[in-house]
Amino acid sequence: MTIIKYRRIFFSISLFLVLISVFSIFFLKPVLGTDFSGGSILEVSYLSDRPSLDEVKEKLISLSLGNYSLRPSSDSNFILRTREINDEEKTIVVNALSLDGALELSEERFNSIGPVVGASLKSKSYKAISVVVIAIVLFVTFAFRKVSRPVASWKYGVATIIALAHDILVPTGIYIIFGRYFGAEIDLLFVTALLAILGYSVHDTIVVFDRVRERLRINSQLEKNESFDKTVGESLRQTMGRSINTSLTVFLVLIALFFIGSESTRNFTFILITGIVAGTYSSIFLASPLLVTLEKLQKKKF
Amino acid sequence: MNKYRVGSAILLLVLVGLGFFLKPSQNGDSKFPFKFGLDLVGGTELIYKADVSNLEPEDVGDSLEALRDVIERRINVFGVSEPVVQIERAGIISGNREDRLIVELPGFKNVEEAKEALGETPLLEFRLQKDGLENLNTTDPHLQAVEDFFVSTELTGRFLKRSQVIFDQTTGDPFVSLEFNSEGKEIFAQITKENIGKVLGVFLDGAPISLPIIQSEIRDGNAQITGSFTAQEVKDLVKKLNLGSLPVPIELASTQTVGATLGGAALNSGIVAGIWGFLLVAIFMLLWYRLPGLVAVVALVLYTLISLTVFNIFKITITAAGIAGFILSVGMAVDANILIFERLREELGEGKKLADAMREGFHRAWLSIRDSNVSSIITAIVLFWLGTPAVKGFALTLGVGVLVSMFTAITVSRTFLFALEFKEENKISSFLFGSGFSKVISANKVTE
Repeated sequence: MTIIKYRRIFFSISLFLVLISVFSIFFLKPVLGTDFSGGSILEVSYLSDRPSLDEVKEKLISLSLGNYSLRPSSDSNFILRTREINDEEKTIVVNALSLDGALELSEERFNSIGPVVGASLKSKSYKAISVVVIAIVLFVTFAFRKVSRPVASWKYGVATIIALAHDILVPTGIYIIFGRYFGAEIDLLFVTALLAILGYSVHDTIVVFDRVRERLRINSQLEKNESFDKTVGESLRQTMGRSINTSLTVFLVLIALFFIGSESTRNFTFILITGIVAGTYSSIFLASPLLVTLEKLQKKKF
Repeated sequence: MNKYRVGSAILLLVLVGLGFFLKPSQNGDSKFPFKFGLDLVGGTELIYKADVSNLEPEDVGDSLEALRDVIERRINVFGVSEPVVQIERAGIISGNREDRLIVELPGFKNVEEAKEALGETPLLEFRLQKDGLENLNTTDPHLQAVEDFFVSTELTGRFLKRSQVIFDQTTGDPFVSLEFNSEGKEIFAQITKENIGKVLGVFLDGAPISLPIIQSEIRDGNAQITGSFTAQEVKDLVKKLNLGSLPVPIELASTQTVGATLGGAALNSGIVAGIWGFLLVAIFMLLWYRLPGLVAVVALVLYTLISLTVFNIFKITITAAGIAGFILSVGMAVDANILIFERLREELGEGKKLADAMREGFHRAWLSIRDSNVSSIITAIVLFWLGTPAVKGFALTLGVGVLVSMFTAITVSRTFLFALEFKEENKISSFLFGSGFSKVISANKVTE
């Protein structure tokens, strides 16, 4: 099986992508969304015609609002998301929004999310990701508990966890890199998408592992002596059609969602798409070949 | 084989039935409307931190529930349809550091007004019946109106030490016991002494919660409210009294408002995306898997209808992220079908007879379907825990989707496929059951 034979190449590709992602996480300073960092949201309604986005942005440029986002809401409103601003700053911002008093507007809403609420959500997100990873690894170990030869069941768990790390890091890196161009933020929906990717990727990996499990059982019943390389390789080959087709159907719906779906879930869908691609790659080119590597390592010891 | 045909007929009936159930009536309203999140219909969300530091740990739950009831009553003033007031307890289950009260007001946009009406800590008061109204009917169903018949007294919740449910030792009937503190004891003794026979109404947040009649002077500060109560009524009353005696101050932590237009656009584009996603998957399944693909599409239609019905019946809140989750689940729902069909193709490739291959295909695919779906369910549960409403919506639609898809992909597909009853194997059947580019190979196998 080609994939097994040239596994080092595929590992290298993954490692390369993971390194780029880690680099981007540490050096590109991803922007945290209001969910996590806390911040203010101001909504204004124009009594006459609403000015264009560019007109307003020009006025806002001179203010030190950092990474703000301005979006139209209903027919006559703008919503401005900024770092947490105080009342004084708010007055200045409102003045800018009214184009220095040229347009009459009413403040519809001013809302500040304290950093405490944001921080609590942030720690909850870390916990959620850890819980999912641990639960999945335990489950994989449990599901493959009857398989102990030639590779112990916990090693299926190890292969899964490496694939999971890959599936979290690569979409995160891509999101951060591209996020610089379309203003993507790390918010709660981002974490949600990551968790959904985890679920999907393991789902994919388990299907291949399940075939390995079945093949091992049949081989031992027939007292057939097959190398582990071959068992994994054949299992991969047999499940390849399914892996590609399922990923394709998921990919199709996500493409529809990305191009037609709501603006509010577009970034979310983007991460899901990168995650589905990364997850499919890791199930085929990473998790299963890793099983073979783990087996080889084990042999060396004895 | 016959039973599969009966099964298929039943499933088709279910399909049509669900279709009618979900179809909105002509004016656009449905008898069973979906529950949409604030991000889709517009509205206001307020999150309060509840300070329970002066409460005994075992009383916190009851007090928060009573607080929720009070807040719900205050909201009713707005005339908001289907407001939601939820408690989120601190701790490991919610992951919060403090107890929270979450108020959702769909369609309501005046945050200031909402803040003002909801923001105050509820007050418990004892009010005395006005003179000259001796024949007050305390069983009057319009309790709100009786407020006019009472005057305030000095006695408020702060003089109440605690209240509990007691069961009469002889009759077994439940009643409420009140214990006042030393200051309250004096005031209560004076009120009861001077007003025997009158009603001393207990008001929480301006609304009467109990209208007992003073039977005699009570000097020791230990009072009872008796009457023909059910145990539940007594329990509710005690909760409210305790909330009044030890108020739970609330503080606004964050607010959120979404305009209806914005939400409406999000809903529409979500639905259109869903339809396109569905069509793309259906076309792919038909082209690649042919007859089984058609069965998978029917199963997918049933899947969609059953899931939507579950959302509808269990009043699962549909958010923008929830719609995304559901659309994602449509893509994943055919996975079980794909697993089965790929397996079927392999079995056919090994030269098995069609019926045997079908049986084997379903049987062998089951283990991987089961195991692989568990991971998605784990994710859905954790996401639900993480949940702000948007994330909860996603978790629920994904979780429900996975469970329903296991049923539709396996049971429904099997029923339909076996109902088709292909006994004779010929080029047509092998074409219909072939997939992708495998037509020639499997046709050859059969003719060998």
